[in-house]
Amino acid sequence: MAAPASPAAAPSPLIAAVKDAGIAALIALGLALPMLGLVTTQTQAGMGLVPHWDRVAIAVVAVFAGRLLLNLTLWRPGRRKSALAVPPKVEATLARTAKYLGPLAILFAIVMPLLPFTERYAIDLGILVLTYVMLGWGLNIVVGLAGLLDLGYVAFYAVGAYSYALLAQNFGLSFWICLPLAGILAAFWGVLLGFPVLRLRGDYLAIVTLAFGEIIRIVLLNWYWFTGGPNGISGIPRPTFFGIDFDRGPDGFAATFGLSYSPLHRILFLYYLILALALITNLVTIRLRRLPIGRAWEALREDEIACRSLGINTVNTKLTAFALGAMFAGFAGSFFATRQGFISPESFVFMESALILAIVVLGGMGSQFGVAVAAVVMIGGFELFREFSDYRMITFGLVMVLIMVWRPRGLVSSRSPTVFLKEKKAISGALVQEGHG
Amino acid sequence: MTLRHDDAPALPEDVLLRVERLTMRFGGLTAVNDVSFDVRRGEITALIGPNGAGKTTVFNCITGFYKPTVGRLTLQSGNGRFLLERLRDHQISRTAGVARTFQNIRLFGGMTVLENLLVAQHAPLMKASGFTLLGVLGIGGFGAAEKAAIDKAKAWLERIDLIDRADDPAADLPYGDQRRLEIARAMCTDPALLCLDEPAAGLNPRESLELNALLRSIRDRDGTALLLIEHDMSVVMEISDHVIVLDYGKTISDGAPRAVREDPRVIAAYLGVEDEEVDEVEREIEEAAS
Amino acid sequence: MEYFLQQLINGVTLGSIYGLIAIGYTMVYGIIGMINFAHGDVFMVGAFLALIVYLALVAIGITFVPLALLIVLLVAMALTALYGWTVERIAYRPLRGSFRLAPLISAIGMSIFLQNFVQQAQGARVKPLQPVAPGGFQFGAADGFVVNVSYVQLMIVGATIAIMTGFTLLVTKTSLGRAQRACEQDRKMAALLGVDVDRTISLTFVMGAALASVAGLMYLLYYGVIDFYIGFVAGVKAFTAAVLGGIGSLPGAMLGGLLIGLIETFWSAYFSVEYKDVAAFSILAIVLIFLPSGLLGRPEVEKV
Repeated sequence: MAAPASPAAAPSPLIAAVKDAGIAALIALGLALPMLGLVTTQTQAGMGLVPHWDRVAIAVVAVFAGRLLLNLTLWRPGRRKSALAVPPKVEATLARTAKYLGPLAILFAIVMPLLPFTERYAIDLGILVLTYVMLGWGLNIVVGLAGLLDLGYVAFYAVGAYSYALLAQNFGLSFWICLPLAGILAAFWGVLLGFPVLRLRGDYLAIVTLAFGEIIRIVLLNWYWFTGGPNGISGIPRPTFFGIDFDRGPDGFAATFGLSYSPLHRILFLYYLILALALITNLVTIRLRRLPIGRAWEALREDEIACRSLGINTVNTKLTAFALGAMFAGFAGSFFATRQGFISPESFVFMESALILAIVVLGGMGSQFGVAVAAVVMIGGFELFREFSDYRMITFGLVMVLIMVWRPRGLVSSRSPTVFLKEKKAISGALVQEGHG
Repeated sequence: MTLRHDDAPALPEDVLLRVERLTMRFGGLTAVNDVSFDVRRGEITALIGPNGAGKTTVFNCITGFYKPTVGRLTLQSGNGRFLLERLRDHQISRTAGVARTFQNIRLFGGMTVLENLLVAQHAPLMKASGFTLLGVLGIGGFGAAEKAAIDKAKAWLERIDLIDRADDPAADLPYGDQRRLEIARAMCTDPALLCLDEPAAGLNPRESLELNALLRSIRDRDGTALLLIEHDMSVVMEISDHVIVLDYGKTISDGAPRAVREDPRVIAAYLGVEDEEVDEVEREIEEAAS
Repeated sequence: MEYFLQQLINGVTLGSIYGLIAIGYTMVYGIIGMINFAHGDVFMVGAFLALIVYLALVAIGITFVPLALLIVLLVAMALTALYGWTVERIAYRPLRGSFRLAPLISAIGMSIFLQNFVQQAQGARVKPLQPVAPGGFQFGAADGFVVNVSYVQLMIVGATIAIMTGFTLLVTKTSLGRAQRACEQDRKMAALLGVDVDRTISLTFVMGAALASVAGLMYLLYYGVIDFYIGFVAGVKAFTAAVLGGIGSLPGAMLGGLLIGLIETFWSAYFSVEYKDVAAFSILAIVLIFLPSGLLGRPEVEKV
């Protein structure tokens, strides 16, 4: 943890900085020379190599310059620690204002699509972001509150999506009947998968949930007659306004309400639908936190053995968290299916689970506001990089690493107590446990 | 399905917990070997013995964290008769009414002092919230139940003198306060028997005196019997009504504090003795060996 | 019977590869208690580096296969080790001693980064390689069914045994291995006794990456085709192997790798290829539920 250059041995900080940057550049050369410099290419004679020395040069120079710059500014000897930490004052202010920012953000979300300068693209992006906000909030129950590390959350999202698609196509059930059914089915799967594995401790649980996520995806991929296999399911019924279609016909939404037809109506409806679903998730979570079950989740995260000594059935408590998280994923899944009109196993890969988990952890486990901000930043930022599609996944991965290094406990790390006698004081994240189960 | 075992043989009226032939083995190691004793109602029973004597293992068997290899643990309280070795840990606390604290304090550090005491009242609150279903919808008597729970917590905070710190995270409390809070948390489950694992460890003399008063008041005011593991002999001799001494997993003495203190086997095994007595004890041991 | 033998040989070959990757997981988990999620991608990087170095050797005219493969092995090990070191330095070391989930998320980020970095640097298309050492031995041709043991398979199993032996000696007999085991037991105490903990952890990553690159080279030779995505599935299976064998145990990782390789091969041979991953994952779940400390791991007594 000590700075590599000791001040006694290095007379000039500049020389030390240059030396350090030089070493970094040398390492970069080693990393880049084969991987960036020699590109494997298929030729007529078989595989061959095409040199790209320019890329190596750019990488090495960039690392040298970047490291030098950092050494002279942020990492200057003596500044190393303070520069990267957020001062407690700022954090306290942030935590206090979060109380007002939350309602403001909700208000903005409600009026955003109606603002005159809002384009269709923004509404579409809003729908996408809100879907992830909802998924983040759902997973937050499992990871943030109960402290159970779930790496296969996308499986329940898939169960919800396929439930809606299959129920709607095979039985002609409407969205509003399928939605609760999809949630119940997802919760059922949550219980089914959770029951045997919730005794496992932390990382084992993580890896088994990952395995379950993959199993469900592989089954979806190979069960042709039921799920359509890799082709997925298309022509999923679009949502209706409580039975009224969004089409041009005389019974359509526009005609019924005496409006001129616009494809935007459906988009708006979808936007408000996911907003409502997300807010319900939030509301339920906030309420649950203040109920004994929510407190038991958090207590479980803090110390499972103490919970058992207080008469809390830890298996049931964990299962409830798992099932509820799964249920919200199921709701989000059926929304996803009706919005896309087409689903396939492609949409439910491990990357999605990782992304949702990253949203929860980056947001600050347990904090509803933090999770929402993280979803906006991650998904919104990701979309903004659309033009640089070649590099956006690289950047995305790197940003994940950097944010964790910068703030390992996420954006909002403090915990807000669920009940108080005189004064509600935020609890510093350093005291809050992360769970072991 | 009931968790009571009323067909088990009844205990005498004044006995709350009877431990019979308790044996616990870990692989080849026998941590507790054929230990039997009674915990009587309205008494403070102390379980003492040198390090590694198997005290905490006995505790873990009584509170369900370990399943005994052999033995019967009968608890007979107002709620009925229970065979503890057949119950799971949370059932022992919830239905049989046995609460415990831990040698290395296990509070919910990131939760406030008040929240800690509310978590302890999980079972009744859960029922009041209609197992969450009614609570989410805001129907039913959850509000009143929660208020009652908070009042109970407040009463306990007054008793352990932590009412001013109710809204602070438990991990921020000084060590002695954490010990008392853990006892209050266990008491919030309304136990018939409270098991304390070295409650005086790490306390200064003043705190130790306060602890004695608290434990006595639990015995006298709340009618909860106490079973405690303790190293601090002044605490043991001062407050306990009944002392059991373990050594190498076996009971070597069982009786009133005074009788136990004078038992040569105990002196030899464990108690600090006067200098001139050491020789005497050693002689006795040598005689016994030859 | 011949069919069974053939599958057994294929399974052992695949298992050797998984086992070599699994060691990286198990060592890192043993020493710092984290799932190094990017390890599968380090294996993928190793496979690419092996391919690049091999092609470079061909380009400068070194075509004597045993010599070429030896050079590829050594250079790819060194270069991949550098990647392993850098990953640890950038993504994990700053998070040492912090919150348990942070390194996991950081590792997932690193995994995404490595995958896409290789995709951008080397292109998204699959990279085939014409067989380097074609041919092999054949047995049991009598009743019409032939058991093939290719040179590559022999090489893989032989090299795995040799490397495992060397590696076991390294961990059990040298001061580095001792420092490593000390850090595993109690990092703070090890530091107090003068073990350079940071250096030991770095070396653990370096060794894990070097072994992963050997696995990468073997994968390249065995399948003859690689792409930037092979790290994920192989990584998850190797982790499964590590858990199956008992995480933290080196022989366990090797045994787990062999078992996963065999299960996968036999499942594909006798049941269905599509569900081979399901078989591997289901075994993982079943083992964890009924034998939570794995086959060779030490059982954990709950401390109350």
